[in-house]
Amino acid sequence: MSKDSNSSDNSNSNYSMNETIDLAAVRAKLAKDGGKRFWQSLEELAETPGYRYKLENEFPENSENEAEGIDRRGILKLMAASAAMAGLSACTKLPTEKIVPYVRPPEEIIPGKPLFYATSMTQSGVATGLLVESHMGRPTKIEGNPEHPGSLGGTDVFNQASILTLYDPDRSQTVIHEGRIESWAAFLTAIGNVRSQIAPRGTGLRILTETVTSPSLAAQIRGVLSQFPDAKWHQYEPCMRDAAHDGAVTAFGKPVNTVYHLDKADVIVSLDADFLTTGPGHTRYARDFSSRRAIEGPGAKLNRLYVVECTPSSTGSMADHRRAVRASEVEAFTRQLATEFGIASAGAPENLTSSVPPAWTMALVRNLEKHRGACVVIPGEGQPAIVHALAHAMNASLGNAGKTVSYTEPIEANPMNQMHSLRDLVNDMNAGAVELLVMLGGNPVYDAPADFEFGPTLLKAKLRVHSGLYYDETAELCHWHVPEAHFLEAWSDARAYDGTVGIVQPLIAPLYQGRSAHELIAALAGDSGKSGHDIVRDYWKQQRPEKDKAFDAFWQKSLHDGVMAGTALLAIPVSPRTDIGREPPAPALDKNALEIVYRPDPTIGDGRYSNNGWLQETPKTITRLTWDNAALVSINTAVRLKLRHGQYMKLKVAGREVYAGVFADPGHPDNSITLHLGYGRRRAGNVGNGQGFNAYFLRTSGAPWMAGGLQLEDSGKKYYFAVQQYHYMMEEDGHPADTESVNAFRRDLIQVATLEEFQKDPNFARHPETEPGEKLSLYPRFKSEGYAWGMSIDLNRCIGCNACVVACVSENNIAVVGKDQVARGRAMQWIRIDTYFRGNLETPEMYFEPLPCMQCENAPCEVVCPVGATTHSIEGLNEMTYNRCVGTRYCSNNCPYKVRRFNFMLYSDYKTPSLYGMRNPNVTVRSRGVMEKCTYCVQRINAAKIRSEEEDRLVRDGEIVTACQSACPAEAIVFGNVNDPKSRVSKLKAQSRDYSLLDDLNTKPRTTYLARVRNPNPEIRE
Amino acid sequence: MAQIFHHSTNLISRLSIYGGVFIIALLGAALYGIELSPWYTDQHVAREQPVPFSHKHHAGELGIDCRYCHTSVEKSSFAGLPPTQTCMTCHSRIWTNASMLEPVRASYRDDKSLSWTRVNALPDFVYFDHSIHVSKGIGCTTCHGPIAEMPLTWRAGSLYMQWCLECHREPEKYVRPKSEVFNPYYQQPKNQLELGRQLVKEYKIQSLQNCSTCHR
Repeated sequence: MSKDSNSSDNSNSNYSMNETIDLAAVRAKLAKDGGKRFWQSLEELAETPGYRYKLENEFPENSENEAEGIDRRGILKLMAASAAMAGLSACTKLPTEKIVPYVRPPEEIIPGKPLFYATSMTQSGVATGLLVESHMGRPTKIEGNPEHPGSLGGTDVFNQASILTLYDPDRSQTVIHEGRIESWAAFLTAIGNVRSQIAPRGTGLRILTETVTSPSLAAQIRGVLSQFPDAKWHQYEPCMRDAAHDGAVTAFGKPVNTVYHLDKADVIVSLDADFLTTGPGHTRYARDFSSRRAIEGPGAKLNRLYVVECTPSSTGSMADHRRAVRASEVEAFTRQLATEFGIASAGAPENLTSSVPPAWTMALVRNLEKHRGACVVIPGEGQPAIVHALAHAMNASLGNAGKTVSYTEPIEANPMNQMHSLRDLVNDMNAGAVELLVMLGGNPVYDAPADFEFGPTLLKAKLRVHSGLYYDETAELCHWHVPEAHFLEAWSDARAYDGTVGIVQPLIAPLYQGRSAHELIAALAGDSGKSGHDIVRDYWKQQRPEKDKAFDAFWQKSLHDGVMAGTALLAIPVSPRTDIGREPPAPALDKNALEIVYRPDPTIGDGRYSNNGWLQETPKTITRLTWDNAALVSINTAVRLKLRHGQYMKLKVAGREVYAGVFADPGHPDNSITLHLGYGRRRAGNVGNGQGFNAYFLRTSGAPWMAGGLQLEDSGKKYYFAVQQYHYMMEEDGHPADTESVNAFRRDLIQVATLEEFQKDPNFARHPETEPGEKLSLYPRFKSEGYAWGMSIDLNRCIGCNACVVACVSENNIAVVGKDQVARGRAMQWIRIDTYFRGNLETPEMYFEPLPCMQCENAPCEVVCPVGATTHSIEGLNEMTYNRCVGTRYCSNNCPYKVRRFNFMLYSDYKTPSLYGMRNPNVTVRSRGVMEKCTYCVQRINAAKIRSEEEDRLVRDGEIVTACQSACPAEAIVFGNVNDPKSRVSKLKAQSRDYSLLDDLNTKPRTTYLARVRNPNPEIRE
Repeated sequence: MAQIFHHSTNLISRLSIYGGVFIIALLGAALYGIELSPWYTDQHVAREQPVPFSHKHHAGELGIDCRYCHTSVEKSSFAGLPPTQTCMTCHSRIWTNASMLEPVRASYRDDKSLSWTRVNALPDFVYFDHSIHVSKGIGCTTCHGPIAEMPLTWRAGSLYMQWCLECHREPEKYVRPKSEVFNPYYQQPKNQLELGRQLVKEYKIQSLQNCSTCHR
């Protein structure tokens, strides 16, 4: 893992957009193109010299820096020396290796064959089922569990990257007592002593956990609470779901769990909800949503998504109609909408004004009315409780309850308003009433609201115990720190979004003496002898009706499947109050002042993943920023406040301040600034420390998601971002952008039509006039005998969540390069998600295009390799043979898709022993000076081919699943044999929407795309 | 100006020019020779092991099937090295006091693995799979040599890519009936080419020479 220092004052101007842009000219250009033009950045639209430079130079920061000071003679000397050395290096003898067999072989393990085990990963307590690949006892790769309702085989970035956290060398490794290494036994003794002090009533005992859905852990905690009646259980995590909790209480009088059935919804309205990538069940929702975006032919019926949101999100980009409004305006819009369904609203009419035009709202209302019982309104977590309550009321009024939305008992073991809960704890600590505070996970010193001053307050608790994956900001203020076992090391259980219980099953014994929350609570209960496995199993043995052998069978089956069959919570009938609209509105924010919005970071979450290099380096959805958070503002606001992209500003709210770089974000509403949480860590580890800024410094308990009264002050410095949006740009057309030739858009890399246009012209994505004829090349067309591998990527399904990117990194041992190298255009990910905008600067349409290697049949890279390191296989793979590569980079120069990645330095970490275990043993770890690229996961292809040959059959369709395909929650990627007309991929490629990128180059890519078809409401003309 | 060199030195200069060519050629030949030599390839070099295990005795004289110890050869890329337990199935009964076998007993007693010296090692960028070769009629001895005659095991082939390709280009020269794969005494028949072509057809053997067959 590498990490680079985070300079806030870098003079190298090529990194950031700082060129003067004539916005009027840009707008004129966009208007001239009739809003049909796709664009990636303002620089591109303004055709700035910097943009041209970056377009023409894939690695702009390269030659001039490193070749400096070397003359011709020096170069010749170096060349001669390196040629001689290269010859010599081939003369090394293979080292003598040892081979160490087992003494007694474990059952099931066949050396060289992976095993898969089912387990679950929790995010805010909610489980996603996973299948984890294990090589000789080492977990190496995460896949989704098709049998788990929260996954159905899909995953998200956090699931995929969790394997790196397991092996993270910066994880906490021992029990620590007041800064010194201690033993678990010493901890047990200490806990025993405190137990006798606080007995019999446990006065002053407080337990602070994150959201708990685990039935067995909850039972254990309740056991402690009944042992010590004065003890209290608090829960807190920074991205809590208080609004949903309170909204349900407002609407139904009790907390309930809301489950959406998006596969049944024809019309979906998101009220600032990014339900496709955040919140309980998002992976499943992505699957259900995208299943309604599948198109077989022009007769397809698509769902329609309306999004009214603040910060541009994945969900917003999938919208057929997206309105960018300030977060504080969403409530007004919701009330407006609710009034149309007869839910009277409280207060003055100004509560009902939003910038959404009434005509738009009315068209939405008519659309919803038309699809009663088959539509759904989804409120966002960043919105106040009243928005949630009104959404429940609207869903009831539209007859959606029981159809597209159902309610169950809460999945949380102890549902509560977590902000209130933490406030109670803080008050108790301030009053000196806390004798023993036990924190299971969580990092409140870092992420509690600023007004709680949690750090200083924490010191008032007499004895503080913390358990966590890292020795973090909270751990350092505690007397005792116990390393927490990673979920791949511990036994537990957890509920999915619909209540289904999944078992958390360890894949490996704890690497660093980690202890699970179960073991810690057992110690607190004075019952420390039991293992985590026995605690969980015994709990279920008591709960289940099956006894003895029947229970053993049930337990084995549950372990095998990863879910306990039939544990999904049953729908309960609830009906909302009729006078919800009378609830007072949330305190209004000044409409003209700047407003601040907090969001969990798209790749780092609330900060818990900040030491994960894969996630740091994953470009964030839409902004494609890496290694940083930023102050996201709209272009209009930037112009009005004279802010420049990359300007380093002081942000002040109510006397609190942080410094942040300004980032112009197309599609962001005006007068609003989005700050992503999770950065600015002090004790995250070597990767996460010091990256970005800490937005928690501004966040208060009264305004956890949005706040007014923001003031900006220029610090006079510049901040440089590492943004992938300006890397690997492909040249769309040779003409200047304003040429009014019919062909001006002919090479558009992304093809979009509305459903109406698609029905009129199903072949809209194809342009026969530019398709090269068979006779263009002197060579005959490449023919694959037998298998011919190909891929189809459905742009109608892709939600831009990046799961494929991280899955690819994990599967193919791709290195992390660090912020500085990313800024130089040297990120190593083999698949990238290009983001395109269309339309105006305020509310552009947003499109994603995942780009792996195209595996061209006429591959331009192959013909220029001087050493035959990249060649074509008979099955159509464009192969890269690392051991042959000498690093000329000619291939990369000649690749029009810019999908080749070069190891400019020794990026792979050969030194950290803990990372050895993480790597896929079936893929070479690449060294410095070697080109690498997507191989269609050739290791998986070979494994499947060998299996089929041994069984004397052909590879079945769907037997080979590439890493990106298997990770995709939206099933956007399909891989298979294009020589087989019955294969799924062939059928998709036969669709009229199928098109190739840059087909006029006659490269004949094997990776093709299915064009995007939007389904706008014909009543709304935007 | 007087001549610096005497006429007789012409011969020296001529010889050294011609000689230079030959010396370079010789040097090249010598390097190539070193590359092919057992010193460099470890071919035919019997390796010392913690226990002087004899394939000659076990596989040859006793006739124990290869798969008794190399259990995963038909299932996995890795043929498998026997765990100590496998040794002890017999050696807890016979030769229980042999001092030669003390490391084996110690391993079983102390639960510590034996650490063997690897005889056939490929570079890490080569991905070889035993199971597919075995299931397509490539015998153990085709690559591992006369294993039943090795008191200590040695590497029978150079394991160079060229050596692999000899068979990948012309599998008919090496393939044998599936029933004979684990026969350590198998001798190719006189009509190998004829039989080989027939088996290649019957076993659907492909002549795979794409880079990604082995490198990835």
